[in-house]
Amino acid sequence: MLAILRDLIRYNLEFRIGLFLVSIVVVMAALSVVSPYPAGDVYVVPPDLPPSTAHWLGTTSRGQDVFWQLTAAIRNTLFFGIMVAALSRVIALVVGLLAGYSGGWIDRVLMSINDTFIIIPLFPILILFYFVLRDSMSTPLLATIMACLGWAYDARLIRSVALSLKTREFTQTSIFSGMKTHEILAREHLPYVLPIVFSTTMNNMNWSIGIEVTLAVLGFTDINTPTIGGMIYWANQHTALVAGIWWWIAFPIGLVVMTFVGLFLLAVSMNEYIDPRSRLARMGGGR
Amino acid sequence: MNAYLAYFAKRLVQFVVVVFIGVNLAFVITHASPIDPVEQSIAAVTSFGSTAPEAIAAMRSSLQELYGLKGTVAEQYVTFWSRVLRGDFGPSLSAFPTPVSSLIGRALPWTAGLLIVSTLITWVLGNLLGGLAGYYQRNRTLKLMGVVAMGVHPIPYYIVALMLLIIFGFLWPVLPITGGSAMNLQQGWNWPFVSSVARHSILPALSLILIGLGSWFLGMRSLVSNIVTEDYVVYAETAGLDSRRVLGSYVMRNALAPQVTGLAMSLGGIFNGAVITEKVFGYPGVGTLLVDAVYAGDYGLVLGVTTVSIIAVSVGVLVIDLLYPLIDPRVELR
Repeated sequence: MLAILRDLIRYNLEFRIGLFLVSIVVVMAALSVVSPYPAGDVYVVPPDLPPSTAHWLGTTSRGQDVFWQLTAAIRNTLFFGIMVAALSRVIALVVGLLAGYSGGWIDRVLMSINDTFIIIPLFPILILFYFVLRDSMSTPLLATIMACLGWAYDARLIRSVALSLKTREFTQTSIFSGMKTHEILAREHLPYVLPIVFSTTMNNMNWSIGIEVTLAVLGFTDINTPTIGGMIYWANQHTALVAGIWWWIAFPIGLVVMTFVGLFLLAVSMNEYIDPRSRLARMGGGR
Repeated sequence: MNAYLAYFAKRLVQFVVVVFIGVNLAFVITHASPIDPVEQSIAAVTSFGSTAPEAIAAMRSSLQELYGLKGTVAEQYVTFWSRVLRGDFGPSLSAFPTPVSSLIGRALPWTAGLLIVSTLITWVLGNLLGGLAGYYQRNRTLKLMGVVAMGVHPIPYYIVALMLLIIFGFLWPVLPITGGSAMNLQQGWNWPFVSSVARHSILPALSLILIGLGSWFLGMRSLVSNIVTEDYVVYAETAGLDSRRVLGSYVMRNALAPQVTGLAMSLGGIFNGAVITEKVFGYPGVGTLLVDAVYAGDYGLVLGVTTVSIIAVSVGVLVIDLLYPLIDPRVELR
């Protein structure tokens, strides 16, 4: 594990940049613990102050310090992404491994459902969910809904690996030694798909954070929990751009863009590491 | 020929499955919710003053009929499907008495136009540049493009649209930032209207293109850089074929097939992006219609737009799937 990390840092510029960006974001999120103001409170500082030494990133029209507000917002946004990614990984793993290993009609049925979830436009469905749930739409509920909708693409990737594992000799050995299907999947096949699971986690987090930001900006989530999208929502409500309070919008956007680019670079560099051909090319062998 | 028929039949079945699951999803979501849309609409009306109990009862019964919420769940399910199949979602409450279907019919051409044009530009440009970048790996400009693509691609649609809005709305106001065309023009095939539509669509299209470009570029580049090491490419190069011909007919042609499949698979995501982008730029398509319907609490319209979006995207995927054999004739062997 550590050796892989060392290799990635040494040979992969994308990984270094991604790690750097994500570290900044994580440090910001961790700072929310020492915030002098509770994140939900308004009018704790003078409103509409531009960035200064007292308030590094300025203050909002709701009397919040942008810096401390941002720490709480990015923490909640990251937690949301991790929650969705973790839940949808479980679904993707079960469906992908089962479909790839079983084959036959189980595979066909599962992949048919899978392709449906890839094709269907999820955003209108999420809006429909918000429309019927209204104020009962809490953050954990939204995370669960998104996890139930956002596993399909990764399940397909996992299935393609599982398909090739099925024909390997050790699978036959396990079957002959009397292991049950779920034991083979969990003990024998799971370790082989874990690298893909790691890299898809980053992309899935990007996807879910992106949708959460969008829903929040439109006011379709629990807007009283500070998130990055929630900050932009309130800034829009107070027409911050027209009023010239640019720091209220610019800093959340900057931080969330760092999150997206950082996570994406980590995913890309991990993918490249998984593929031995491109790994060798980078280390100076091959073409 | 039989293999083609089998292929088309398989795609058609998948299309039916997608529409079936999608429409059922819409039914389950709206009917399993703890909140009754009928009571909500009544509450919205009665909050303005006192209403006679008989009037409320009459309203309840007609709203239930309007929303297809009369009878048992099984009856409602049948009503729902017959409405979907007839394309009749009742009148819109926020634009009463205009039918939901005509509101959607008015918005759909805008979205379809924006989506088709920007997706085609994105796909062709992204694949062309990505293919070049994978083939000419030492070219500085193409390398730089790869870096830019990696930086822009992961940003969600909303954020890019908002950034374009800030740049062209506040910092350098040269382009119209809201609406689908200038208000004072006769709609139709005349030059002032068409040019106004084109000008208004630049920013929404640009934000869709900027984001989409990266994924095709990066995907094509890695496909091509794997193909160039294949024996048949090395052979063609050694035989002294023109490098443009090697790239065009030997490398890109083979890399194109997975990218067409990729287009079919990402159509739903592109549609999501269009919905959001439309709202940011106030573009009069189904995205704006959907979000405004939620704000207005218009049950029939929200349900109608969601259902139509699911069907429209599935049709788009089906069309791409049916065109696929033109790109990759090996379908017979699959």
